[in-house]
Amino acid sequence: MTEAAEDHPGFFTSRLERVIGWARRYSIFQYPFVTACCGMEYMSTASGHYDMDRFGAGLPRFSPRQADVLFVVGTISHKMAPVLRRVYDQMCDPKWVVAFGVCTCTGGFYDNYATVQGIDTIVPVDIYIPGCPPRPEAVLDGLIKLQEKIEKQKQLSYPNVRELKLAEEMADATASGSRPGSRKR
Amino acid sequence: MTLMETTTTQPRETRNMLLNVGPSHPAMHGVIRLVTELDGEKVVKIDAEIGYLHRGFEKSCENSTWTQAMPYTDRLNYVSPLINNFGYCGAVERLLGIEITERCKYIRVLMSEVSRITDHLTCIAACAMELGAMTAFLYLMKAREYLYDIVEDVTGARLTVSYGRIGGVKADLPEGFPEKLLSALKQVERELADVDKLLTRNRIWIDRTRDVGVLTKENAINYGITGPLARAAGINYDVRKAFPYLVYERVEFDVPLGERGDTYDRYLVRMEEMRQSIRIIRQGLQDLPGGPIAVDAQGQVIESFDLVDEAKLGHTAGFANVTSTVDPTLDGTEKRFQARMAPRDRSVILPSKEDTYGNIEGLMNHFKLIMDYHGIHPPAGEAYFPVEGANGELGFYVVSDGKDRPYRVRCRPPCFFNMAGLHTMLEGYMVADIIATFGSINMIAGELDR
Repeated sequence: MTEAAEDHPGFFTSRLERVIGWARRYSIFQYPFVTACCGMEYMSTASGHYDMDRFGAGLPRFSPRQADVLFVVGTISHKMAPVLRRVYDQMCDPKWVVAFGVCTCTGGFYDNYATVQGIDTIVPVDIYIPGCPPRPEAVLDGLIKLQEKIEKQKQLSYPNVRELKLAEEMADATASGSRPGSRKR
Repeated sequence: MTLMETTTTQPRETRNMLLNVGPSHPAMHGVIRLVTELDGEKVVKIDAEIGYLHRGFEKSCENSTWTQAMPYTDRLNYVSPLINNFGYCGAVERLLGIEITERCKYIRVLMSEVSRITDHLTCIAACAMELGAMTAFLYLMKAREYLYDIVEDVTGARLTVSYGRIGGVKADLPEGFPEKLLSALKQVERELADVDKLLTRNRIWIDRTRDVGVLTKENAINYGITGPLARAAGINYDVRKAFPYLVYERVEFDVPLGERGDTYDRYLVRMEEMRQSIRIIRQGLQDLPGGPIAVDAQGQVIESFDLVDEAKLGHTAGFANVTSTVDPTLDGTEKRFQARMAPRDRSVILPSKEDTYGNIEGLMNHFKLIMDYHGIHPPAGEAYFPVEGANGELGFYVVSDGKDRPYRVRCRPPCFFNMAGLHTMLEGYMVADIIATFGSINMIAGELDR
């Protein structure tokens, strides 16, 4: 695909984008990475009273390989951080991350030696849901925002494809002896 | 010698397999790593590694004032935060040597028992879900929601409530509290009856839990295990009975005991404890002292922000006796509630909001308690105060050097001791039993790692 086609996708491509976006929006398979207090509110949100299932996110998958949204629920300590990163790395693209609760957003009031000051220092985060813990309503609001983000994003090329291309270019460039990335400008 | 001969003549070397369970395992709630040594499917050795949720509770408390430590206690056992609040408050009150009012004692007992029920509901729900009983999970979560509504009504938050205050509680109970609580209890009882029908005589449930994860009496004592685990093993120890605090000696309740100490017994003990908690709440509501609220003679009502504006201009002539309405989040902290809620000790309890907003003495009193280096100053010394947490004896040991910040806050988390004895409950059973047993222990990482 040339660069021009990427910037101005044709009719079919754009329809396909929308169909995929719609499908992805309502089939969120989440991996709840539950560590602390927020887990209680996560349980409340997931069960009958608030019912995440209404938004197509009713089936938590407890394997990162089957999930596409990583819910990081609760404080991440420095001891837990490598585990979180590993779980994130095991997930297949496309994947999204939700920071559930203020500890995951910024470290919250655990501003001390033990706690990671925001999981965005470890993994990229798509949606931040603050609150200590957030109410189930806030969680559902965050979920809806995530759905909108999923639907609106570009479906057919992911960041990683771009990264791969860049890596290819760099490999080509080094092979031909020119400076990497100079071709694009 | 060929390979064939080697394998037939010499015995094959067999080695135990190492299996790593956790810290983020799908079928286990709570972050803990179990390094498991397996012989076939049999667990030979379990090594539990903890510390994945260490958040520096004790150190953080030393860096905050005595009152500011309250939110940290919420997040210890986050399934029953109210009990932690009251445990910590009790320790500091013992240090200060103050007695809280009767009504506060009853409120603390009522809210502790509500918390205990939510904790047991969550434990059984999670355990059942991990064994595949999703229906029981949903039913119990539904029951928990009714209680969370009550907690929210009283404290303003669902989970991390910070409702306790040194010398009392944040605010008085809201209007219509007894009726709401009683109707919630009715709903909870209905859900409990449903779950009882689903699980107690369920063949699969019994097969998975009966004679699994047995904790012997000796081990329970040796490892310092308390709470439902010890009671399921037949040890008659409940802090509420052994060292009655608040008003537990005035209410009637039974301590359920198990016989075998297995997972099924733990389930039964928890179910029965919830019923006993409901019994305590019903008695507590009947005895709740209070009487009519003292209504101000003039009956004037001024919005609090108007009160502040007027006071800034010096128009305070008629303020001595007014009732001001306060922000909904401060509901229950007005003067008319203050008399029956707080001991008359100005060095500990915040003045009522009318006083804070309406006169200079109140304002000064407020700031003297709020400002850094001015707040509560317990005398130098130490105190230990145990309460019956949902998982066992929850104790707070506080040390003061006479300053406005704790010198040391040590928490005796029941989970820590349960985890110390965890391997005795898992070794010798199958891999699949790890899930059932671990679920019934109700490990709460916040409390375990602090």
